[in-house]
Amino acid sequence: MLYREAGDFKTSYRDDSQTFPLKLDRWGYYAALAVAFLVIPFVITDYWANSVLVPFLIYAIAALGLNILTGYAGQVSLGSGGFMAVGAYASYKLATAFPEISILIHVLLAGGITAVVGVLFGLPSLRIKGFYLAVATLAAQFFLVWLFNKVPWFYNYSASGQITVPERSFLGWIITGPQTSASAKYLVCLGFAVLLAWVARNLTRGTVGRTWMAIRDMDIAAEIIGVNPLTAKMTAFAVSSFFIGVAGALLFSVYLGAAEASETFGINKSFLVLFMVIIGGLGSIFGSFAGAAFLVLLPVFLKNVLVGSLGWPTDLAAHLELMIVGALIVFFLIVEPHGLAQLWRVTKEKLRLWPFPH
Amino acid sequence: MMPQTQQAATAAEPYITPDGRKIGGVLMDLRNITLRFGGVTAIKDISFNIREGEIRAIIGPNGAGKSSMMNVMSGFYIPQEGEVWFRGEKRPQMRPYKVARLGLARTFQNIALFDGMSVLDNIMTGRLTMMKSSLLEQALWWGRAEAEENRHREQVEKIIDFLEIQNIRKTPVGRLPYGLKKRVELARALAAEPKLLMLDEPMAGMNVEEKEDMSRFILDVNDEFGTTIALIEHDMGVVMDLSDRVVVMDYGRKIGDGTPDEVRNNQEVIDAYLGVAHD
Amino acid sequence: MEQLLYASEVVVNGLMTGVMYALVALGFVLIYKASGVFNYAQGVLALFAALTLIGIQQGQVPFAHLISAVTGMHLDSFGWTVPSLLAILLTALVMVGLAILIEALVLKHLVGQEPIILFMATIGLAYFLEGLGDLMWGASVKSLEVGLPQGLSETVETMTDSLFGYGFFIDRLDIWATIIAAVLVASLVAFSQYTKQGRAMRAVADDHQAALSVGISLRFIWVMVWSIAGFVALVAGIMWGTKSGVQFSLSLIALKALPVLMLGGFTSIPGAIVGGLIIGVGEKLFEFYIGPMVGGATENWFAYVLALLFLVFRPQGLFGERIIERV
Repeated sequence: MLYREAGDFKTSYRDDSQTFPLKLDRWGYYAALAVAFLVIPFVITDYWANSVLVPFLIYAIAALGLNILTGYAGQVSLGSGGFMAVGAYASYKLATAFPEISILIHVLLAGGITAVVGVLFGLPSLRIKGFYLAVATLAAQFFLVWLFNKVPWFYNYSASGQITVPERSFLGWIITGPQTSASAKYLVCLGFAVLLAWVARNLTRGTVGRTWMAIRDMDIAAEIIGVNPLTAKMTAFAVSSFFIGVAGALLFSVYLGAAEASETFGINKSFLVLFMVIIGGLGSIFGSFAGAAFLVLLPVFLKNVLVGSLGWPTDLAAHLELMIVGALIVFFLIVEPHGLAQLWRVTKEKLRLWPFPH
Repeated sequence: MMPQTQQAATAAEPYITPDGRKIGGVLMDLRNITLRFGGVTAIKDISFNIREGEIRAIIGPNGAGKSSMMNVMSGFYIPQEGEVWFRGEKRPQMRPYKVARLGLARTFQNIALFDGMSVLDNIMTGRLTMMKSSLLEQALWWGRAEAEENRHREQVEKIIDFLEIQNIRKTPVGRLPYGLKKRVELARALAAEPKLLMLDEPMAGMNVEEKEDMSRFILDVNDEFGTTIALIEHDMGVVMDLSDRVVVMDYGRKIGDGTPDEVRNNQEVIDAYLGVAHD
Repeated sequence: MEQLLYASEVVVNGLMTGVMYALVALGFVLIYKASGVFNYAQGVLALFAALTLIGIQQGQVPFAHLISAVTGMHLDSFGWTVPSLLAILLTALVMVGLAILIEALVLKHLVGQEPIILFMATIGLAYFLEGLGDLMWGASVKSLEVGLPQGLSETVETMTDSLFGYGFFIDRLDIWATIIAAVLVASLVAFSQYTKQGRAMRAVADDHQAALSVGISLRFIWVMVWSIAGFVALVAGIMWGTKSGVQFSLSLIALKALPVLMLGGFTSIPGAIVGGLIIGVGEKLFEFYIGPMVGGATENWFAYVLALLFLVFRPQGLFGERIIERV
């Protein structure tokens, strides 16, 4: 009744292809942005920033990146953890080598470096497909983590083998290091997340997005109608790795402050990001956010209920969490391979017809 | 570049068909094509040409090598022997996507649409080769990106109108029935504005009504846009009505070539289709 | 000469490790051949089998932690122990039960889905089983003892000492593992070649539809294959568990089996064995010669990078079926 498209006419192709074709959606989106930028920074607490919002935003960026590669271009990768490590170590090396340049620039540059590394490990995708490729990306995962652990140059020969972020500020605000306020962390991550989501949306609605999806849906036919598989796959790997690299850089510099390759960026990180994409919805930008939110909130929720309210030991809660995540993955693949995003679309379809469904 | 005599040898005099269409010189010339898969020879020393503006059919019984021939034409298979000449030049060995950029578009026997995309996006992929904006422009939706998108959308909408598929514009292709999928595939090929349009069994699996619709579209495309069409078809009746010239293949060999009437009266063709006792 | 002897000892040890890899890879190949499912959970199956075996042996109460958290009762053990052979048999039964459950709850609902979706479903399954194993039997590191001989093989040492003047250090467990793996492989090949069920299994692998149309029960075959894979996982779990303790890292050997499969081709049993041996020997030799120069621990990635480079030149693996593309 309220949520409808009747009367919402489009008179140009530009209007027709905008991100939120329905007025109500558009307003909802602007309202959410306004709350995120103008309200939350003033009320955010350390607890909410550190256990919910900041990890949510960072993982949303990583999930966006993997979704571009897997959901849009159809190339499955299990190397996200390794690529996040590249972003983190690149931002660390840049920040310590060029302290006079803003760390925000370094984060973007770290994304660029990750893109190059991603293309390098993406090259085999020209010859191998499907889970052969998925397994091949494990090579990136294990090799990169090993590299950052074993070559002291990467962690500036620190005795602990860890990397620790130096304190940096932006416009007088401290944005990295232990002194950072909750709202500063949140705003930096929010800024990157919104910007990159917008870029992802632009890329996926235009020419590049169509070449990606063509390769995903039927690669041979795509090549016969004129898609160059090399550029299609390499742009997907580059853009995807850029996003994942930025996420890794933020995870290290803004969120954690310190990192160690095998601890922070192990194979489980790769699976975590992959699960976010599956649960959220393959080939959906909204889904990347939904999946990230879901898997960031789930452990917090379980911990509060099982440990906080029921008083169970934490290891028990952790085991149960593994089972729940695993079961959910299977459940989503069986019931709704397009994830939360599809559930949301279906709900909207129903809303559009409500209260007269016939 | 190319010796003048050769061009003269392959080109034929343009003429006007009885119904007023202009048939021009040779657009694609296939010379002594032989294609083998391991020990199996799919195509044996076949030559024929396709002239500008005509509808050229390739017919033959199952397993005659028709689809392999089309795959050679679209550059997906590389023949062991023989040459493909396109627009008066010998086509070097190149990847299929580059062949597409020369101005060839095709449809597939077993529909090869992108199931996860909408009808509109599928047809837009037909114009990928004309898109010029860079990755950065697209990422920031800046510069050429948006204007280009809208300009091509306009062209695509014309094709959507032409093929009468306006109402399914935003439907995911995976949900469409067979006949409409075939039409969307034709739309995608047309969107590329090809010099040569190749249709691999455009009417396979259709009922009479759908076949009539499709025949009308093929004739209209040829008539209104002047597009040269090469098509593979099983249905003899349809082929004879539609095409200007017909190549007949059997067991990888060419057994007939000429106007529908000539082919119809060719004894070898009749034998291939009706079967004949071998002694 | 000395160097060469060291190297050949490394090779022999690599071959033994390779056999272990091959054992895990075998489970993958079986399931892949019969159902087209790339079973990521194979390693966790081995972990789960080993945990269950220990639990049964020691008379542990399943879900003891959960029960005590919910009800406050402290149950740890039934107070009995079960002899190894019986415990192995019971564990095998548990694995069959697990196969039935997996078929009914997961696979049945995913028939006809794309391989990559099935692959991701098995990753979910792996997480679930890992959590379940920990929840049932506790997450502490356990040692597994089923009476397999362990320790330095003196026979081999004295023999090689008298032959080359240098005694090879070879673990007796590795020798046994090699023998058991060889027997297992031989019997699996015999099973799939000469029995009715084996033929049905290969028929299903070739073409689901065609197999159904001649009256083969797809569901039965799947349960059977997953049971066999569960049994192979149990054997692998016993070997690896005895060798290096039962803990989470056991499930990571599954990851090592992946490059083995990429080398050998996903559909080939001999491929799994040869691939396992190549990787076992390759990573040991690489670590021996190159490792010291680059800081060691190259075993973490060597197998993957080798498989990756190999695949770029031969995408179907050593023995895999050639992929022919058509439109």
